[in-house]
Amino acid sequence: MDMLYYPGCTLKTSAKNLEASAIAIAEKLGYKLVEMDDWNCCGVVASLTSDDLMHHLASLRNLIRVEEQGQDKVLVLCDMCYNTLKQTDIRMKASQSDLDTLNSFMDEESDYKNTVKIMHFLEFLRDEVGFATLKKKVKKPLKGLRVMPYYGCMLLRPREVAIDDAEDPRILSDLIKALGAKVVDNPYKIECCGSYRTIDQKELTSRRAKSISSYASTHDADLIMLSCPLCQYNLDVRGKEAESMYDGYSQLPTLYFTQLIALALGLDVESLGLDSHAVDPAPILRKRGVID
Amino acid sequence: MTETDVECAKQDEPSQVTATVEIFIMGKRYDVPIGFTIMKAIEFAGYQYIRSCGCRAGFCGACATVYRKGQEQKLHFALACQCLVEEGMYLVQIPFVPANKALYDINDLAPEDNTILTIYPEIARCVSCNTCTKSCPQDIKVMMYIQNSLRGNIAKAAELSFDCIQCGLCAMRCPADIKHYHVSQLARRLRGKYIDPESKELNARLKELEEGKYMDEVDEMMSMDRDIILNLYKKRKIEAQGDLDEGADA
Ligand code: SF4
Ligand code: SF4
Ligand code: FES
Repeated sequence: MDMLYYPGCTLKTSAKNLEASAIAIAEKLGYKLVEMDDWNCCGVVASLTSDDLMHHLASLRNLIRVEEQGQDKVLVLCDMCYNTLKQTDIRMKASQSDLDTLNSFMDEESDYKNTVKIMHFLEFLRDEVGFATLKKKVKKPLKGLRVMPYYGCMLLRPREVAIDDAEDPRILSDLIKALGAKVVDNPYKIECCGSYRTIDQKELTSRRAKSISSYASTHDADLIMLSCPLCQYNLDVRGKEAESMYDGYSQLPTLYFTQLIALALGLDVESLGLDSHAVDPAPILRKRGVID
Repeated sequence: MTETDVECAKQDEPSQVTATVEIFIMGKRYDVPIGFTIMKAIEFAGYQYIRSCGCRAGFCGACATVYRKGQEQKLHFALACQCLVEEGMYLVQIPFVPANKALYDINDLAPEDNTILTIYPEIARCVSCNTCTKSCPQDIKVMMYIQNSLRGNIAKAAELSFDCIQCGLCAMRCPADIKHYHVSQLARRLRGKYIDPESKELNARLKELEEGKYMDEVDEMMSMDRDIILNLYKKRKIEAQGDLDEGADA
């Protein structure tokens, strides 16, 4: 079954492994992820100012593209894109006058008719595929692997866009269990990773990565599992940099949920981009018998 | 979709009437013959081009023109040498666009995901308003080539921008102050040098140039009288202008 998806710029640059592994697992589960045509940047950060409609143009234009392509649903893989698109969607559904303003500004486009459902790929796996079905397809259960789920902000805040309980989410834990691994629950799971401070305050972001990863290490986690490419960058790259700031410190590897699913489904390890991480996940995966 | 409205009559459309239309050049009223290009009409009105005119054939991008018709709300964009005058046009030409170009040595670059973004980081400011696309007299999907540059799809950015003649109108309109045509030129350079297969024909031609083929013709022209050159220039054949010019030149 074909499923339209919106990739976003990050999946085409620094998170190619997220895209590749998502496409691979979808295929294994009987779905073909089809990249939508003529998409543009999501807008990156949804504007929260009531009179700043300009910054919703990017999101809305993508939603128009989805309608134009005859679809009423679009899957999103990047948390930041999901959040931005969803916030525009919510605002357009709440305010006909804002939608009218944007529709009339984009006089070269057909009007947006508010028909598109935006779904994070995780939601799709939970609600349409079902973790129970996923569990049945697991070929190599991740037995013995201790995984700490990490959500960050973009999947859960503001509450209106949350794909799960904003204070006590469980979607990642449920997924980890479905894959046969052990969940290391933790109070850091909904803390901020440092977000875009990674550009102007690298050290601050490295410190955040260190506190998150240190908790995981002291609770014997093998690795951190997440879904957001920006969190991934901060925990992985900035976390690695923290190693040179703190004597004897070592950062845990961070994997996308799609990569862990792919490993559990027995997909080709070569295609998962495991070698594109700053903190190499291969040693611990090998040690736990997940990869050869 | 993102195509610009077809907003100006192109030269190859038939025009039989010999009447005039009223146009305004920088606010001043003139009656000019129907069927003239904007460029011809401006000359007809008595102006002499020092800037804003180059090839007269839709290739050089020198003649960027902005106009409104009558009381219309929308601004239109055109190449003066390609677009015919219409009743009630308020015209101005933009002879030059201040758009600083990054300095780089193409030989030191690699066609990577973030190469363009590193050299022109301002492309990340794009808000997808599509104003650039709507301003392009070449009907290029300008926003989409910026978007493809942003996501590191150099080949696509180069392909989408292939018809860009660097008139600069997009860069004058962008709320994010992006210098689109320098960005796309970088994309085409990267594609040409690193992505597309090497062109045998180009190499052969370069060799010819190095060996001085056609130098005799060049030397001959250099030694000609000014009058002979002027005469040759007047008699030259320009495809895009066709027969329309017969008589108009006199
Ligand atoms: S892309 Fe910009 S510079 Fe190039 S032709 Fe179009 S408006 Fe002119
Ligand atoms: S005009 Fe500028 S901000 Fe608007 S779409 Fe074009 S590049 Fe982006
Ligand atoms: S004069 Fe060269 S494009 Fe018009």
